Amino acid sequence: MRRLQLLGWGAVGIVLCALAVPWFLWGDSTVVAGLPLWLWWHVGWMGLASAVFWAFAQRAWGIGIEPGREGDSSEANGSEASSLEHGDRSSRPATGGDRP
Amino acid sequence: MSVALQLGIIVGYLLLALAIGLVAYRLTDRTAEDFYLASRTLGTVVLLFTTFATLLSAFTFFAGPNIAYAQGPEWVLVMGLMDGIIFAILWYVIGYKQWLLGRRYGYVTLGEMLGDRFGSRGLRALVAGVSLLWLFPYIMLQQVGAGTALEALTEGAISYAAGAGLITAFMILYVVAAGMRGIAWTDTLQGAFMLVTTWVALLWVLAEIGGAGAATEALAASEETARFLSLGSDYYTAQWMLSTAITIGFGVAMFPQVNQRFFAAGSKTVLKRSFALWPILCVLLFLPSFMLGAWAAGLDVTVPEGGNVLPIVLAEYTPIWFAALVIAGAMAAMMSSSDSMLLSGSSYFTRDLCRPTLARFGWALSERTEDLIARSVVVIFATAAFVASLLNPATLFELGDAAFSGFAQLAFPVLVALYWRRTTRTGITAGILISQAFYLASLFFAFVPGSYAGWTAGIVGMGLGLVVTVAVSLVTTPAADERRAIYFERLGAD
Repeated sequence: MRRLQLLGWGAVGIVLCALAVPWFLWGDSTVVAGLPLWLWWHVGWMGLASAVFWAFAQRAWGIGIEPGREGDSSEANGSEASSLEHGDRSSRPATGGDRP
Repeated sequence: MSVALQLGIIVGYLLLALAIGLVAYRLTDRTAEDFYLASRTLGTVVLLFTTFATLLSAFTFFAGPNIAYAQGPEWVLVMGLMDGIIFAILWYVIGYKQWLLGRRYGYVTLGEMLGDRFGSRGLRALVAGVSLLWLFPYIMLQQVGAGTALEALTEGAISYAAGAGLITAFMILYVVAAGMRGIAWTDTLQGAFMLVTTWVALLWVLAEIGGAGAATEALAASEETARFLSLGSDYYTAQWMLSTAITIGFGVAMFPQVNQRFFAAGSKTVLKRSFALWPILCVLLFLPSFMLGAWAAGLDVTVPEGGNVLPIVLAEYTPIWFAALVIAGAMAAMMSSSDSMLLSGSSYFTRDLCRPTLARFGWALSERTEDLIARSVVVIFATAAFVASLLNPATLFELGDAAFSGFAQLAFPVLVALYWRRTTRTGITAGILISQAFYLASLFFAFVPGSYAGWTAGIVGMGLGLVVTVAVSLVTTPAADERRAIYFERLGAD
């Protein structure tokens, strides 16, 4: 389930990159309201990218990075998030960390 | 009159920045972590704008609009893709993981993070060495830019050497006193200032010439510039646009002064907000500055050989004081990038080269001593770059111009190491060494081509780095002192 979600977000990321330049308008010189149509597309796309990033930050932040999230347990996520927000720096292990 | 006014505005800006730096100095602890990373406490607005101002050098105001003036505005697309989207995604993929690791293990530099995982001082020194190789000439380029701009601005009253010297002295004073906190605060002021002045400039010029429609019609009316409106050209090929956006986007993420900002966020919420606002912030700045350059081509504006289009357009259509204000902003953009570079260069040198070498001889540095060394290195670094900028060595110029692609060569080995457990010390070291060697050879030796079917050597080198890192890791076994699990276990469960 988690893996599927990761793949989904990965695909979304690739589409965001791929269509930031409107390749399908290559060679097109249509002007709309004083700007080339391809530039309007780009501006709109950047707005869309922000919206998608916001949705990602709300719904899936940590996916692929925080191992705790792989288990898809929302409770664990909650406590993990709060400990990060207010991370107690004094309890942090010394530089170098533990040997596995 | 205009020279005095422009100088007054620039000096005014410097004094304001210095005042902010002094306030920051009073709040700064005498520790390296505070000096380099403001103790990882930056909030959303400050993190967003300091990254923004650090990323955007004078290119946004000078070189970028010049290219749009000569070749059309497609650069906006390249900038949007590389800075707005690719960099934002890397901010999550590399930056968030780096932030978690930095918080957990106290890392301050990229080399420290990799050296610890792979149990290797050599790798740490290699990453620092490669970074300093590309960083040093890039700092020098900023001083050359500032010296040239000040000389042009004052019509020779301030010589190139005096201008570059003035900026260097100011940066030394500023970075040594203020550290990351002061730099981040002035960046915030400056990022907001750039955004507002560019939009006011755009609206002002458009009001004078009768709106965007009229400006675009003027472009379409001339045979020479009509091609600007259609997407793509002989200059803007698809391969070139993609190569540029990808190499610079990845290069930016490995640039020390940008990469270190990955460590500096105060909380996860700060990172989330900055990430979501990033693409909008980028397009808001690039659109007006690059369109001003492109529209100038259809107007009655002549740009002399080697001149910059934006100041000329502003001088033509806006009052002197306003044009001076925007130029002051551009100068400040140059400085806000190079002060961050100095600070990061100092951290890489002190933490990854100096401290491990001293440790080998049995000398352990106290936090206070390290802080003192860090500040001294800033002085030495800036002075050396200043001397180099006076001598104008051609090789350094080439290195500076190629810095983005040079840094981009680091990105894939680092990404593989962060996400693939089987990465070995030999694998990542080989990946970094071979891709760097290939890219340097493409710059300096004629028998290594600079482009491959339209794709640049920068992007080919990145692919090479990826393949070598993975392939060598597959055929080697991890060294006994590698800590394979630290990038994967208990992350985020502090």
